[in-house]
Amino acid sequence: MASVSISGIQKSFGPAAVLRDVSLSIADGEFLTLLGPSGCGKSTLLRILAGLEMQDAGSISIGERSVDGLRPKRRDVAMVFQSYALYPHMTVAANMALPLRMRRLSAIQRWPFVGRLLPSVTRLAAEIDTEVTRTAKSLGIGHLLARKPGQLSGGQRQRVAVGRAMVRHPAVFLMDEPLSNLDAKLRVQMRTEIKELHQRLGSTFVYVTHDQAEAMTLSDRVAVMLEGELLQVAPPQNIYADPDDRRIAEFIGSPKINMLDGVVRERGAIDVVGSTLAIDADALPGTPLTLGIRPENLHLTDHGGQGALTGSVRMIEHMGSDLFVHLDLAGLDHPFIARLLAERAPHIAPGQTLHLGVRPERVLLFTRTGRRLRRQDEATPSSVTPFRDVAQ
Amino acid sequence: MSRPAATMESAGTMAQAGDRGASQLLSASPAKRRAFAEGATAWMLAGLAVFLLLALFFVPVLGVVLIALTDWQFGSASFSFVGLANFREVFTDQGFRASLLNTILYVLIVVPGTVVSGLAIALLIESGRSCRAFYRAIHFLPFMATLTAMAIAWEALLHPTIGLINQTLAAMGLPTANWLRDENTALPVLAVIGIWQNLGYAMVLFLAGLKSIPQDLYDAANVDGADMWLDRLRTVTLPMLGPVTMFVVIVVALRAFEAFDTVKVLTQGGPGHASELLLYTLYRESFEYLRTGYGAAVAVVFLLIVVTLTLVQTRIVDKKVHYQ
Repeated sequence: MASVSISGIQKSFGPAAVLRDVSLSIADGEFLTLLGPSGCGKSTLLRILAGLEMQDAGSISIGERSVDGLRPKRRDVAMVFQSYALYPHMTVAANMALPLRMRRLSAIQRWPFVGRLLPSVTRLAAEIDTEVTRTAKSLGIGHLLARKPGQLSGGQRQRVAVGRAMVRHPAVFLMDEPLSNLDAKLRVQMRTEIKELHQRLGSTFVYVTHDQAEAMTLSDRVAVMLEGELLQVAPPQNIYADPDDRRIAEFIGSPKINMLDGVVRERGAIDVVGSTLAIDADALPGTPLTLGIRPENLHLTDHGGQGALTGSVRMIEHMGSDLFVHLDLAGLDHPFIARLLAERAPHIAPGQTLHLGVRPERVLLFTRTGRRLRRQDEATPSSVTPFRDVAQ
Repeated sequence: MSRPAATMESAGTMAQAGDRGASQLLSASPAKRRAFAEGATAWMLAGLAVFLLLALFFVPVLGVVLIALTDWQFGSASFSFVGLANFREVFTDQGFRASLLNTILYVLIVVPGTVVSGLAIALLIESGRSCRAFYRAIHFLPFMATLTAMAIAWEALLHPTIGLINQTLAAMGLPTANWLRDENTALPVLAVIGIWQNLGYAMVLFLAGLKSIPQDLYDAANVDGADMWLDRLRTVTLPMLGPVTMFVVIVVALRAFEAFDTVKVLTQGGPGHASELLLYTLYRESFEYLRTGYGAAVAVVFLLIVVTLTLVQTRIVDKKVHYQ
């Protein structure tokens, strides 16, 4: 168990900068997810944490101890790989025992045949055996110990990989997209199991994923990475509702957030696609802004004009309790999506003109460079982010 | 698998049907006619290959087995069947026994030598960054070169007085030897040349095998603590190279059993029988002493060894080195 502190990490592969000055503090026992699209550098950061790659600049400490330059096995971390990386020629038991054998037995004691003759090897091997069996049982794979990875299903292999990481009680668990090779149903089930595992072990988890659902459901905090930069570190609900950057708002949420270009008309009024919304922006009249409106923050109204957006229905997606209504708005070249409760919007048909009301307090404002512009009445992030003090 | 088998079977039944006459066939059901057409097509397509296999392999083998049962001498107009007399002679003959033992010894030196050195060179090339193509090429060259020509180069190197090897040894104050004329060194020297010739081939196969090992496994081994080279080798590299290694062992063993060029050019099996290998014995008995029947018996024994080796590969070993 340990906190992790990452400061000023930079990494380039040739001319391509993969990580640009990434700093992050992870509390002891926290479940932190590195979330971002593929190629954003999240896996590289995890590999640097594990010691599998060396950073070009910056430093890392685990539990107050600097681990820069330490080999992976000296860092007290365990890693679960996307491919599971189980040794195909070893049984499940041997796979799980390997980290313990490497640590507790000397090089000579590990020699085949000869090693077994040395004193205390039998006792150590028996201890390792007991621990492996106990860990396997706790993961529900006790009956698979004699099998080889090739004879296991995807979910079972995943458990073995977790078991191999767990068996030596590392201070930090590193997980690199551990669920992405599973089918959708199993992924949801294993997600729950990983969450339970974290609660049971109380260790620090650093989890890399590109799947926002995993990030939102598992994490204490989510660190969103894009193009090698850490954009925001916050609890899942804040990442969704209170993003610092336009790119985060667009990356998180399905269907995607609607982005509308607008201009501040005066205090408390913003002109946007043929309408005026009563939003109090901290900006001078004439300032161009981008408004981010999540599809579920729209509702049907019976009048157009002031405070509402008007468009014609292009397509409707029925999702059971909800409808995703795709609309064409005058002056907008991409579709605008509203998520409406099915029971409140029973008679919508393509071609129909709809008026949608917007709740001003739910609109996210961004400058044209993509930086978040908080309204004056909005809470500052520090008051709603429990780990913010740790993160900075 | 089942489809070609079914086709062959139907071809068989249709061949019988053919005997009963075309009129019966015309009155047969559409399903049967279709099966006949399929069978005919199958035989047509496979025919050439089957013919070549019979003409170039099975018939000659049968011929050799038959000759082995006679006392025929090359060029003589008459022969008589002598049963298993040739085989009895083969197994009681001191010369053949020496040759067989030499061959086994030769294989036992060449196979491990080639596998270990091929693997070591592959690992070295793979771990470095520069000049990979160059190292690959120079180590692969001996395999591509004509061994007879290379053997002459070796003969020059091994020459007892003016050869580079003895000169070098003498310059360093080490004892020299008449490598190819000394019964203690002739066979080992031939084996070393065999290793030199085959290691490029083993290296190329190992390089391909190394490329197919997922980097993730090395990463996992690193995190798990198996990060010294010997641990990495034992935990990941060697087990993952299992199938390739097995293939290399079998192929190199077969090639070692077939060693002939170096013996013929460098030692002619001498001194005495010290460097005589099976294929050379076969050649000499058949084409120098013209004892064709006896030579054929040696060939049959040789063929049995080679076939057994191949069967071992396909039957037993395949199961043990694949991990699925």
